[in-house]
Amino acid sequence: MKSQIANASRRDFLKAGAGLTLALVLPGTAAAQAGGPGIAGAAVAEGGFAPNAFVRIGTDDTVTVIAKHLEMGQGVYTGLATLVAEELDADWARVAVEGAPADAKRYNNLFWGPSQGTGGSTAIANSYEQLRQAGAAARAMLVQAAAERWKVPAAEITVKTGVVSHAKSGRKARFGELAEAAAALPVPQQVTLKDPKDFTLIGRHAPRKDSVDKTTGRARFTQDVKLPGMLVAVVAHPPRFGAIVRSVDDKAARAVPGVAEVVVIPNGVAVLAGDYWTAKKGRDALQVEWDDATAYRGSSDAILADYRKLAATPGAVARKDGDAEAALGQAARVIEADYAFPFLAHAAMEPINCVMRVGSDGCEVWNGEQFHTGDQHALAAFFGLQPEQVTLHMLYAGGSFGRRANPKSDYLLETAQIVKAIGGRAPVKLVWSREDDMRGGYYRPAYLHRLRAALDADGKPLAWSQRIVGQSIITGSPFESVMVKNGVDATSVEGAANLPYAIPNLQVDLHTTNGEVKVPVQWWRSVGSTHTGFATEVFLDELAATAGADPVAYRMALLGGHPRHAGVLKLAADKAGWTKPLAAAREKGAKRGRGVAVHESFNSYVAQVVEVTVGADGSFKVDRVVCAVDCGVAVNPDVIRAQMEGGIGYGLAAALSGAITLKDGVVEQSNFHDYTVLRIDQMPRVDVHIVPSAEKPTGVGEPGVPPLAPALVNALHAATGKRIRSLPIGEQLKA
Amino acid sequence: MTRFTLNGKPVDTALPDDTPLLWVLRDGLDLTGTKFGCGMGLCGACTVHLDGQPIRSCSTPLSAAAGKRITTIEGVGSGRVGAAVQKAWQKLDVVQCGYCQSGQIMAATALLAAKPRPSDADIDAAMGGNLCRCATYVRIRAAIHEAAKSLA
Repeated sequence: MKSQIANASRRDFLKAGAGLTLALVLPGTAAAQAGGPGIAGAAVAEGGFAPNAFVRIGTDDTVTVIAKHLEMGQGVYTGLATLVAEELDADWARVAVEGAPADAKRYNNLFWGPSQGTGGSTAIANSYEQLRQAGAAARAMLVQAAAERWKVPAAEITVKTGVVSHAKSGRKARFGELAEAAAALPVPQQVTLKDPKDFTLIGRHAPRKDSVDKTTGRARFTQDVKLPGMLVAVVAHPPRFGAIVRSVDDKAARAVPGVAEVVVIPNGVAVLAGDYWTAKKGRDALQVEWDDATAYRGSSDAILADYRKLAATPGAVARKDGDAEAALGQAARVIEADYAFPFLAHAAMEPINCVMRVGSDGCEVWNGEQFHTGDQHALAAFFGLQPEQVTLHMLYAGGSFGRRANPKSDYLLETAQIVKAIGGRAPVKLVWSREDDMRGGYYRPAYLHRLRAALDADGKPLAWSQRIVGQSIITGSPFESVMVKNGVDATSVEGAANLPYAIPNLQVDLHTTNGEVKVPVQWWRSVGSTHTGFATEVFLDELAATAGADPVAYRMALLGGHPRHAGVLKLAADKAGWTKPLAAAREKGAKRGRGVAVHESFNSYVAQVVEVTVGADGSFKVDRVVCAVDCGVAVNPDVIRAQMEGGIGYGLAAALSGAITLKDGVVEQSNFHDYTVLRIDQMPRVDVHIVPSAEKPTGVGEPGVPPLAPALVNALHAATGKRIRSLPIGEQLKA
Repeated sequence: MTRFTLNGKPVDTALPDDTPLLWVLRDGLDLTGTKFGCGMGLCGACTVHLDGQPIRSCSTPLSAAAGKRITTIEGVGSGRVGAAVQKAWQKLDVVQCGYCQSGQIMAATALLAAKPRPSDADIDAAMGGNLCRCATYVRIRAAIHEAAKSLA
């Protein structure tokens, strides 16, 4: 792993800091807003100390950590600050966090090359050494400054919770008192990181850095940005993907008092006003005729029927061990199953939005910014600017689950088109309504998996064939050349092509349907594993049932080469009391069941045991989920627990009722009444157990999601004998 | 001109009577802690108190607030119950993305004001209209019990 801090000098940081002055010249309230939480605003204050791009220490002892990743709920502002504060021996109570500006040179995701962005559960993993080095460098300089001031050897100086001390002479100084002197010292080129046994913050409880602002209404999201003269834009999008505007009658819209502009953009008609409600009233009054000649008119049922047909023919090979077809042809026992998955919307609580303005000096954006470099380049190309002329202010995102890292920069470009259409005369805040968000596309693709396996006389799998059919997220995106090889999009098969079970004849192949199906698709929390985790772990359960084996023991026997899978599986099973019978249901006629699944995604290993109660009428309730996670070093154990709890809730919502369906090209859902997400009464009790580990930390934002649905379906089978093979579960147990 | 009491202070607004209270607060009065989530009273992100009762401000017209007391997330902490709820939320690190949490806290405060020792069933009933897409529900429940304990 590359772990050098780019541009690790104070001069470079200050020079780059000057590029932020756009944020500082805004008049009045906007200036206060732009300097608010989550935005990199101010440069180093007088007498302060900024040894590198990630940390700044003020004369008031405040340690400000510059977070290069988006805080969208996953706890990254807390995690990144923990890494810096640990090596700095800072006082956690005096640590503040500020979002970094877009700058791929200093703030790139080290796993993504020269590109800044947040995704793939990489934030802590790629920052682990980099931000500890940033903290350690700052600490070394504070220590050196104290050594010179006190004329004592640096080796005799200790640092604890923001205080630098020399025991022999009894001298002490706070960080702020040393900041100015430290700033004059050279930045060390090499630093020694702590031995993990000396950690005081990593692995312990560090309260979240965003809790206070998010419980008092002070946290600032894109939705909350207001600039002087800003217009709010609400867009009428076509009802079908790919349709265009044929004609617009905007007389009634313009007659709405307060409507300022009506402009046609490539994907619809935008109505602008000084506030949202006026703009929305204007949009509701628009008469638009759409031209469907280029529109996609598919229906979910037909898509799935086509996928089933395709699944009968071989696809592009993603993995081939031995000869699965031959083994299946000769086997005494062959088991087959199809698993079907719908489109899914991300449905973050903050609907899509973006604030933008352009001027002679460039373009400035306020956004829950998840993919800085991609968006910067897309906007630069659109406006004919250099990427550096596009300034991005990263605000908190009210959820994203992948949506705000759009490979095509869709909603940022929509905002840009509106700004351009009004000649840049005012800053624009694009606001999608919930309906716009639900119907705006970029869904988790629909998929069909066809699984076939051959068992030997003892019930052990001899062969496994998995055929996946669906749209590729990467094909047609800027990542295609890197991530699509020999017709296989790595994200379509992740979690399947790396099946951990020891099966001698194993084949995974893929049909990519982008040629036929034109629904905009995108990554959705845990990406390929949203469907591969389900298909593999339900099918394995079917094999265990056929073999008459215990689901945990059956898996364990096949996981010899994968100790981390086996480790979480054993931990979850032990903590759930797997070998003891479940307590009987209290309600008359109700049955209980327990199911398990284990899955690795983004280099983290998660096993979950789900306990359900199924009523006599087929309704059911998830009572408890026992979750074991191995994500290497647990930087923030409580954040890890929170991400497992949240991932389980997110996965459960999709399993129970999540589905975007199309009929004649029109999305049938529009809001939370027909795209239902989890409510508090549906949330099970969750027990999270973290595997102690000295391995490098891996992500936790996504890996909690994949095991939930298969473990639930396996539990429902244990309770009722019915096997659900199509998501969402919906009313299938009642049928 | 519509007059009402907002977080203890009188305010006037000239916005049309049918403007949803949510947009009066956010765009008219620059109080952005109350959030827009669905516009149909389905998600609860816009929950505020009207004379102490939790309401969905996205589907409440300004006219319904005339002469009434409106409390938002910016003001709820000045009450004993609201402050206890915020403190419990912080103690248990309930928040993730945080976008729904203003509404959650307003709903929880109203619940505890009416029922100082709510059962799990009471919590399900009172909080059922407040969606959290990050699914922080385990901690929301725990924080409500925690706040109840601290107020006892």
